Amino acid sequence: MEITSPQFKQNSRRAMQDPNLQKAMGYVRTGFIERRRIAVEGLPEFDRLRDSARDIKNHTLAHLDLYLEAYETKVRGAGGEVHYAETAADARDLILGICQRTGARTVTKGKSMVSEEIELNDHLEANGIQPIETDLGEYIIQLRGEPPSHLIAPAVHLTKEQVEADFRRVHTHLPADRDLSEPTTLLAEARAILRERFLASDVGITGANFLIAETGTSVIVTNEGNGDLSQLLPKVHIVLATIEKITPTLEDVSQILRVLARSGTGQDLSVYTTFSTGPRRPGDPDGPEEYHVVILDNGRSSMLGSDFQDMLRCIRCGACMNHCPVYQEVGGHSYGSVYAGPMGAVLTPSLAGIDKAGHLPNASTFCGRCESVCPMHIPLPKMMRHWREREFERHLSPKTVRWGLGVWAFVARHPRLYRLATKLAIGTLYKFGKLKGRFRRVPFAGGWTRHRDLPAPQGKTFHELLAERKRAA
Amino acid sequence: MTNDKEEKPRVGLFVTCLVDLFRPSVGFASIKLLEEAGCTVDIPDLQTCCGQPAYNSGDRRDTRALARKAIAAFEGFDYVVAPSGSCAGMLKLHYPELFADDPAWAERAKKFSAKVFELVSFLSDIRGVTSVPASFAGTVTYHDSCSGLRELGIREQPRTLLRSVDKLTLTELKDADLCCGFGGTFCVKYPDISNAIVERKTTEIVATGAGTLLAGDLGCLMNMAGKLKRQKSMVKSRHVAEVLAGMTDSPAIGEVG
Amino acid sequence: MSARDAILSRIRTSLGATAGDAGRRAIVISRLDNAPRGVIPARGQLPTEERIALFSAMAEKVSASVSRVATDDALPEAVATFLRDTNLPAAIRMGNDPRLRGLPWYRVPQLAIAFGPSDGSDMVTLSHAVAGVAETGTLVLTSGPDNPSTLNFLPDTHIVAVRAAEIAGDYESAWGVIRARYGKGEMPRTVNLITGPSRSADIEQTLLLGAHGPRRVHIVIVG
Repeated sequence: MEITSPQFKQNSRRAMQDPNLQKAMGYVRTGFIERRRIAVEGLPEFDRLRDSARDIKNHTLAHLDLYLEAYETKVRGAGGEVHYAETAADARDLILGICQRTGARTVTKGKSMVSEEIELNDHLEANGIQPIETDLGEYIIQLRGEPPSHLIAPAVHLTKEQVEADFRRVHTHLPADRDLSEPTTLLAEARAILRERFLASDVGITGANFLIAETGTSVIVTNEGNGDLSQLLPKVHIVLATIEKITPTLEDVSQILRVLARSGTGQDLSVYTTFSTGPRRPGDPDGPEEYHVVILDNGRSSMLGSDFQDMLRCIRCGACMNHCPVYQEVGGHSYGSVYAGPMGAVLTPSLAGIDKAGHLPNASTFCGRCESVCPMHIPLPKMMRHWREREFERHLSPKTVRWGLGVWAFVARHPRLYRLATKLAIGTLYKFGKLKGRFRRVPFAGGWTRHRDLPAPQGKTFHELLAERKRAA
Repeated sequence: MTNDKEEKPRVGLFVTCLVDLFRPSVGFASIKLLEEAGCTVDIPDLQTCCGQPAYNSGDRRDTRALARKAIAAFEGFDYVVAPSGSCAGMLKLHYPELFADDPAWAERAKKFSAKVFELVSFLSDIRGVTSVPASFAGTVTYHDSCSGLRELGIREQPRTLLRSVDKLTLTELKDADLCCGFGGTFCVKYPDISNAIVERKTTEIVATGAGTLLAGDLGCLMNMAGKLKRQKSMVKSRHVAEVLAGMTDSPAIGEVG
Repeated sequence: MSARDAILSRIRTSLGATAGDAGRRAIVISRLDNAPRGVIPARGQLPTEERIALFSAMAEKVSASVSRVATDDALPEAVATFLRDTNLPAAIRMGNDPRLRGLPWYRVPQLAIAFGPSDGSDMVTLSHAVAGVAETGTLVLTSGPDNPSTLNFLPDTHIVAVRAAEIAGDYESAWGVIRARYGKGEMPRTVNLITGPSRSADIEQTLLLGAHGPRRVHIVIVG
């Protein structure tokens, strides 16, 4: 995976200076959070459902090999084909192979983060097949040649003026004087253009929110209906999903559905929850003639049994990023990988390596808001800390940090030395700061004083004062 | 609450590094509040730091070394109280995790952690304090520090006690549960992002019209006070313990007397 | 080793499990066979009429419209009335579903009716749901020879009939209906849970109806 996570600092600086992005992020800050709150408060069983959803996923992960086998048997029984891919490249080639065998020229796609993860579109294009994203947000970012900046709102970083400019640039066959000033007109234009694409498409590719072992069913959860048109109209439907999407039963899926949309968009349920089992049946008037499932590992099997297993419970609702103070400032693209925000800070190092993605788990205040809203109870800060530990063990963290930490920890382990050192340091700081009560600049503390003053100490340390009081008494 | 000498619980006060170094008045306010709540307060001389900076930097070895020292220094008390949600959270929740795979220390860490409390919630929940005999003329607003709020569930306790302070008006801060951008070493590792977050916070603080900002964690307070001062704001910042103890003679954070 | 075997073997290694562990297998078989229910929200667990009222309220909350007729035979007139009231052309398309086909359509002779799957040119389609779910105002539709799925997604307006007696409190009850009809572990090719008309909020978080699917969903409760 080509990632710009090593440039997180530069990316985020640019993002914070981008007025369009900052305007767009304002909608995340208000809309998502308030809507989630209302939806959660409206369901008294929400917390019990979270526990239930977590337990289901934990159970499934502990028996994943067996549920995969059961799922596969049911898909085959329904006339579908199951393909396994160990790596992103394997998945790309498998999908390209199916498209080529079908003689496909265009494929329509429902929204799939895994397809972004394996950079499927580039691969199809390089081989003469045109992929068309049909989720409105995905369509917009495809026109711009950008990756998504949010799990469920891929174009959340854009303003409507930017979308209008892109539509005018690309849809040149339409009258130049048409009105595109409102979201409604933008949507109508995209709907009309994409409707033709759906009807002409040879292959439809979707992701899956769940793969049900009980029935061999793939499930997609959408609001627009584009995923349904992608899997319903073309001759061939390919489902691309990773191993941890397996869920045992319809009942288990129902538990997780009750927390998914509420956490993400704040809806009680998304508009379309579609269960697909195999290809068109005898006598069916519509539906795909072929049904393929590509099951991808891409590093997930190694996360099982590790410190990062809990991450495999993630259902991609986006609540963690919506509520993250860092994500709210820097947006999704700053993270430099397909997965952004707290969930990306845990998942990206697993997929791309901590040597490349080291900034991501570090760029967190550990405020814990992500974990507090995660419908699957994923301990995101804890796992970010685990990545920091890996980084520290492998000596990847900056030398100055390691050195400073080492000296400080040594001193802190020796209380007498600590008292002496802090007394001297604080005494000195006080001497220079007592007149104003604060510092505008302090040597070696530029990170602090670039943007804020450093309050001066009150004078002596607490332990000095206490010792004085004891002596006096 | 009891004043019976026989039943006076012995509390070890974990002063925290920042209080020790930058704001001893919070330590003395804590002692006063604990004594008023019928406790005997002791400050073990061997305490230094809970190890949180090392822990959050991925340095488990040094963290464990510091944790063992802290446990040894405090495990003899009935309770261990810290005037910080973040340090108390470290002692209470993360120590057991740190020693989970260490048979020699796991049980000891667990026993120790069960005794740890953050100051204000200890007064409220354990000592049953519902009001304090303090007075503070002015309007204050309260910021919920993240660790206290989400790790320890501290929300109502400080508000209840503040409402009992004579002449004090409490006005709520919008998005009080949103991080101030301090995050320990985060604020120096990613200063620009930290700044963007704290700017949003100080905007809301100023919008409340309160004259004083209160919180239960000195790290967050130094961040917000530092930003308010840089913005030349007149809003003063104090640790909530100073107001509850009626010890507001010393200048506010970042001010001169 | 095939990719399949490599992945399964890596999963087993990570979990510290073996392929032949009969105990693990028994746990999995039992869960798949018994499909235990989890937490069912109390919200939908109501007497019939209140359940129907909740279903209607939840559907309206997500911008569907709802009407009710006493009998199957009244459905053609309800459809014609809806079309007239909303200024839509008097033309619909529907599947060969016997629950719809056998109704007295002759009573609304002005209504043009086409049958079979949609090619995208229909303004209005009519389907019959197999169930409704009160807790979220959700319709449950299944595909089959007489029920083209295209009718659910391609029109501008989708009219869906659902029997009052088939409005359940929760999703789990709807699965019970599907299992009774298709057998345990079996599904129709497509099951659509539909909760209101299509929508998107991808541009500046502004909620708009009719992204790719129907702009309008009208529910007729029968009975």
